[in-house]
Amino acid sequence: MAEIKIVDGRGSFCPGPLMELIVVLKSSQIGDVIEVLSTDKGSANDIPEWVHKVGHEYISTTEDAGVWHIRVRKAK
Amino acid sequence: MASQKICVVIVSGTRERLQMAAMVASVAAVSGHEVVVFLSMNALPFFVKDQSEPPPNEGVMGRLMEGKNIPAFKTLLEHAAALGDARILPCSMAMDVLGIEPQTLEPFVGEATGLTKFLDEAQDGQVWTF
Repeated sequence: MAEIKIVDGRGSFCPGPLMELIVVLKSSQIGDVIEVLSTDKGSANDIPEWVHKVGHEYISTTEDAGVWHIRVRKAK
Repeated sequence: MASQKICVVIVSGTRERLQMAAMVASVAAVSGHEVVVFLSMNALPFFVKDQSEPPPNEGVMGRLMEGKNIPAFKTLLEHAAALGDARILPCSMAMDVLGIEPQTLEPFVGEATGLTKFLDEAQDGQVWTF
């Protein structure tokens, strides 16, 4: 079972959460699921765009009490 | 995805412009583009190691950014070089005028580059100027 890693980007602004995600993606295995927590709406919009563009798998975005949870699976 | 070459020229030494330039360079680099950042004029002194003076604000946005957890422009450029294909190059003329030695610049800053070389780099890429 692939591991789920949490990247806590709360309180940071674009492109902080994206950069934190990329650092964790680099050290992850293919198939790993990473969940980014962000309070920045810009990042919630931009991270799925980036994931799609570079060819990882975008799973979902949910919002709960002002925190976006963006799930991504490392695909390459 | 079509990869492009993106050249970012930073000549301004204000918080907003340094930030925007670093954002463009870092996001471009981690999105698979080749990035060349050319540091000159008032921007270059902010890339001297241990330089702790913050860049002045241009306007309201800079003042608002000061109190927030915004990724530092130097950290973003460092990420651009470490996580993507970005080269951060100091302008040799600005280094001469400012009397900056290469070893006093941040470690992620590459070799002193003249305009002839930079223009060569920029020939087949987009150029973004800040």
